[in-house]
Amino acid sequence: MKRLDFEPTFKCWRETARAALSAELSPEAISWSDGEATQLFEPMALESNQTRYNVPKRFMEVAERVVCHRSQGRWDLLYKVLWRITHGERHLLEVFSDVDTAALYKMDKEVRRDVHKMRAFVRFRHVVQEEEAWYVAWFEPDHHIIRINAPFFVDRFAQMRWSILSADECAHWDQRHLTFTDGVRREHAPNRDEVEELWRTYYSTIFNPARVKTSAMLAEMPKKYWRNLPEARAIPELLEQAPKRVENMIKASDAKQEAEIGKAVVPAADLDLESLKKAAAGCEACPLYRNATQTVFGEGPLQADIVFVGEQPGDQEDRIGRPFVGPAGAVLDRAMMEAGVVRARCYVTNSVKHFKWELRGKRRLHQTPNARDIEACRPWLEAELRLLKPQYLVCLGSTAANAVFGRPTKVLQNRGKWMESLYSKQTLITVHPSSILRARDPEQQEKAYGDFVNDLRLLVR
Amino acid sequence: MNLGAKLSILADAAKYDASCASSGTSRRDSRAGGIGSTTGSGICHSYTPDGRCVSLLKILLTNFCVYDCLYCINRRSSNVRRARFTIDEVVNLTIDFYRRNYIEGLFLSSGIIHNPDYTMERVVEVARKLRAEHGFKGYIHLKTIPEASSELIDQAGLWADRISINVELPTETDLSVLAPEKNLSRIEKAMAHIRGRIDSVKAEKKSKGRAFAPAGQSTQMIVGATSTPDVDILVRATNLYLTKSLKRVYYSAFSPIPDASARLPVLRPPLVREHRLYQADWLIRFYNYKAEELVNSSRPNLDLNIDPKLYWALSNPDHFPVDINSAPREILLRVPGLGVRNVNRLLVIRRWKRIGMLDLKRLGISLKKVSPFLITLDHLPPRSERFESLLNNREKSLQQELFDDWPGKSDNGTKFPYAG
Ligand code: SF4
Ligand code: SF4
Repeated sequence: MKRLDFEPTFKCWRETARAALSAELSPEAISWSDGEATQLFEPMALESNQTRYNVPKRFMEVAERVVCHRSQGRWDLLYKVLWRITHGERHLLEVFSDVDTAALYKMDKEVRRDVHKMRAFVRFRHVVQEEEAWYVAWFEPDHHIIRINAPFFVDRFAQMRWSILSADECAHWDQRHLTFTDGVRREHAPNRDEVEELWRTYYSTIFNPARVKTSAMLAEMPKKYWRNLPEARAIPELLEQAPKRVENMIKASDAKQEAEIGKAVVPAADLDLESLKKAAAGCEACPLYRNATQTVFGEGPLQADIVFVGEQPGDQEDRIGRPFVGPAGAVLDRAMMEAGVVRARCYVTNSVKHFKWELRGKRRLHQTPNARDIEACRPWLEAELRLLKPQYLVCLGSTAANAVFGRPTKVLQNRGKWMESLYSKQTLITVHPSSILRARDPEQQEKAYGDFVNDLRLLVR
Repeated sequence: MNLGAKLSILADAAKYDASCASSGTSRRDSRAGGIGSTTGSGICHSYTPDGRCVSLLKILLTNFCVYDCLYCINRRSSNVRRARFTIDEVVNLTIDFYRRNYIEGLFLSSGIIHNPDYTMERVVEVARKLRAEHGFKGYIHLKTIPEASSELIDQAGLWADRISINVELPTETDLSVLAPEKNLSRIEKAMAHIRGRIDSVKAEKKSKGRAFAPAGQSTQMIVGATSTPDVDILVRATNLYLTKSLKRVYYSAFSPIPDASARLPVLRPPLVREHRLYQADWLIRFYNYKAEELVNSSRPNLDLNIDPKLYWALSNPDHFPVDINSAPREILLRVPGLGVRNVNRLLVIRRWKRIGMLDLKRLGISLKKVSPFLITLDHLPPRSERFESLLNNREKSLQQELFDDWPGKSDNGTKFPYAG
């Protein structure tokens, strides 16, 4: 057997192969050596030869990739397939199940996968060199693909200056020219980038701890790539915390299933206020009814053209069963009188119809209803407003504003002007009278009260 | 709130959308300016430990929402933390990630703030800025809101590669129960409008106008939030493919969301149902199966234990065995264990030689899977109890299958339900 020496590039291999073919050297008679393997056989020189061989285009395309494969056997295999193609088996590449064809396609597939992984896993780091921004990456390919893959990165990042460094070879693009230099060591690459923290945040967030499936991840992103992927640093921690996060999710959803029963169900659409009130008295749609004395429904004449919506009944309202009869109700009454709003023309009600509280010492301390409480109770409020069709709607405080606008709505930014809400074209937001009672000092209190009255004056203009 | 905190809230809120494809769009590069390229096939830039591909920066502009769709974590009655990106924050984040080769592009959707048009305007503005001010050539997928005006949807299509409107639930009844503000006919109309635009822009392509959503439109259906059976889901999907020329229907197994509404089922549907739907969808689109061959009124749900292709073969034993050396393509495609790619290869090989078991083996085909169904040069399946053993083994094979590949969701990865 003879040894053929040549440079390990596609062009050199092609020329040598052409010479070998015209010398009618069968694959068994020669051994290909690109200088990397141990040399067992006698070297042999070949005349360069210009005979043209007509081989299918497909073969050249595949061969160009297969020469990038790192396996030593690629040269022998390529020549063997070429020999067969030029010796009566022109269709060889179409016989996918042939031993040599299958082996060739397997190598081709491995190179293409490597090319694809490089496109996926190169991670640039931003550095400034001589006052120029460069994006530099370190990559460890399985095969010799830096050169054939560089044009992809030029297409994508043509207006950036970048370098992809590897142990084999490095590619550089300065916005105009693509150049290649010898391989370097990993230490030459930058080791941090300011955006990587955000990227890790993103990566960690989109992971679903309930569906851990590392086998699928490893199949596509084998561990060997991890040390060059900034996000992979988060993986051990994500996996470690996954069971705990799932457990918490389950706990939270159990607690929630406990806590939540649903939404109030309003019997029929055409009830009058009185029967609505009776129906609400038996409402157990959410857990709030359990710790409260009774449902506190709205109050006022059906003809009312102004409806006040508050938050929820307080301690006294809960015991008496009527809205705005406690201290906050007193403030409201006084302010209405002062603003000239006739109480008899108004209907007053709350966003949530049961008193929500927690025990502090011996006192029942008011607790602000949350979005879920509001949603559970919304059907009652909706039913009231459907019947009343008020000309003006007044939201007292942020719970009412959230309920009536259907989204978080800030009181202080929106108070004192007419706005359109889910339920009325003319909706006014103002503070809850209880906030006036909570003012820090008399001076503040007086001012808060004055502002409140001013807001209400809009109703009589 | 800092950017990282916003990002974690708004990426978390977006992760329930199954779509992640970045493929099938027109080819572009940035040699003449700007940044980015597309090659037609997408790239998965990373994989999370749940095995899912990370291709696009998938985020919400905001998770505030005035709607109350019960299956959705962002519905107004949910207690989640809320955040809102500015338009520039999204634009810069996309560019910063793209420059470092973390992503193929952006998938942007949003909760509905103020009203549909207001929201849609902002979503479109992000895409416009990326394209017009940064010369961004990467992939953009915009989720559009069916209630938004058609002018805004048109603009979205001009900047984006793909636009999608989620049908969310398979039937009108399901929608009215779980998404009271949404309306099926409005969704369908918006989709039809998009199809019309895609078609007419394609027709006048020569006029050098900008392409309209070159990667087409897609949608998502949530599975298992209501009792609607697979037959309704697949029939609906088939209709959508036909009438709206959708590129893709995504099926998303309803997953119990934090802070869920009590009107939703407590239990998650088995994940395998989602997998089976993808398989059936695949068979319908690439293997010429009809939905009615896989599910029908007397058998409304796909078998969870056995893949639909195998199920069809087992229930139609008189179609088998088929001769690998003479059967036409559409018959070979129905052989369990043969995928499109291998069928195509076998047809080419057949021109040159008669096919035996060794050929199949060299193509990487599982002989165990195909042998009961195929006649080859050197193999004739024994007639008796051929299928019995397969049926008996199906529980075992399910476990194996789940372990092997899961789920065939991504356009980008190689994990199709019937890859080979
Ligand atoms: S707070 Fe409202 S929904 Fe809850 S039980 Fe009371 S009335 Fe019913
Ligand atoms: S409109 Fe969209 S974001 Fe808002 S609740 Fe419905 S599904 Fe969720």
